[in-house]
Amino acid sequence: MIIPTVPPACYLVLGAILFTIGVIGVLTRRNAIVVFMCIELMLNAVNVSFITLSRFLNSPHGVMFVFFVMAVAAAEAAVGLAIFVQLYRTRETINVDEINLMKW
Amino acid sequence: MAENVVILFQWLVFLGIGLVCIFASIMVVSKKNPVHCALWMVLTFLATAGLYVMLHSQFIAIVQVIVYAGAIMMLILFVVMLLDLEVELRSRLKFLYSKAIGGLFAVLLMLGIFYAVTTRVLKGNVGSFTPEKMSAVGNVKAVGKVLFTEYLFPFEVASILLVVGIVGAVIMSKRREARKE
Repeated sequence: MIIPTVPPACYLVLGAILFTIGVIGVLTRRNAIVVFMCIELMLNAVNVSFITLSRFLNSPHGVMFVFFVMAVAAAEAAVGLAIFVQLYRTRETINVDEINLMKW
Repeated sequence: MAENVVILFQWLVFLGIGLVCIFASIMVVSKKNPVHCALWMVLTFLATAGLYVMLHSQFIAIVQVIVYAGAIMMLILFVVMLLDLEVELRSRLKFLYSKAIGGLFAVLLMLGIFYAVTTRVLKGNVGSFTPEKMSAVGNVKAVGKVLFTEYLFPFEVASILLVVGIVGAVIMSKRREARKE
């Protein structure tokens, strides 16, 4: 008897679970930095799906997409965290319920 | 028999990594202190890197450890420690009906993805990059060849994006002395 190898559906289901945990975090947490981390979690879950499909379709394109997603995430982290620091300087809070204006 | 042992080991590693991933990301969502959240996040990223190794893309696994677990999480930790979040820590995590409704919709989304993933079979053109061929030339070499030929233009655009990100971060975090006086 030969055990079947781990099917792609398992990896995709794991990606779906991680994505959902990220969505729940974005919807329930009010600290802007934690919301930001949950967005990174969602990007990570999408990366898992990309790599899985790339592996099981024997194609390098999924790997390229993950590479660019990482580049975008790095740029996003730099700008987003600068915005949080500036917000904290002017408003002394990063609770997203209390921040509802871009300019005041 | 030997193949069975290898495949069983693969299943065990997959289940272990999957459980670590899910547990760590639940901790990210539920811990109150942002520093704890960030540290659990690092664990999630490291476990995901293990998943990438299992899927035969070593290059992405290394980049994941260096860029995500190294650079981005360090940046987030720096900012968390820079801001004084004591007041936010003392306020409790409140339960709101809006949060429960949001969580419900998120679970519905998860069920939708489960349905889409488990009922459809993978379709699409199967490429020529089998794991055996990738490991024969080396994963980084194979990825680099595609990146610098087929994806050269997106690569250059990504470099512009990173420059814009750096300049934006510098301008954003600069103190506005002139406006205050």
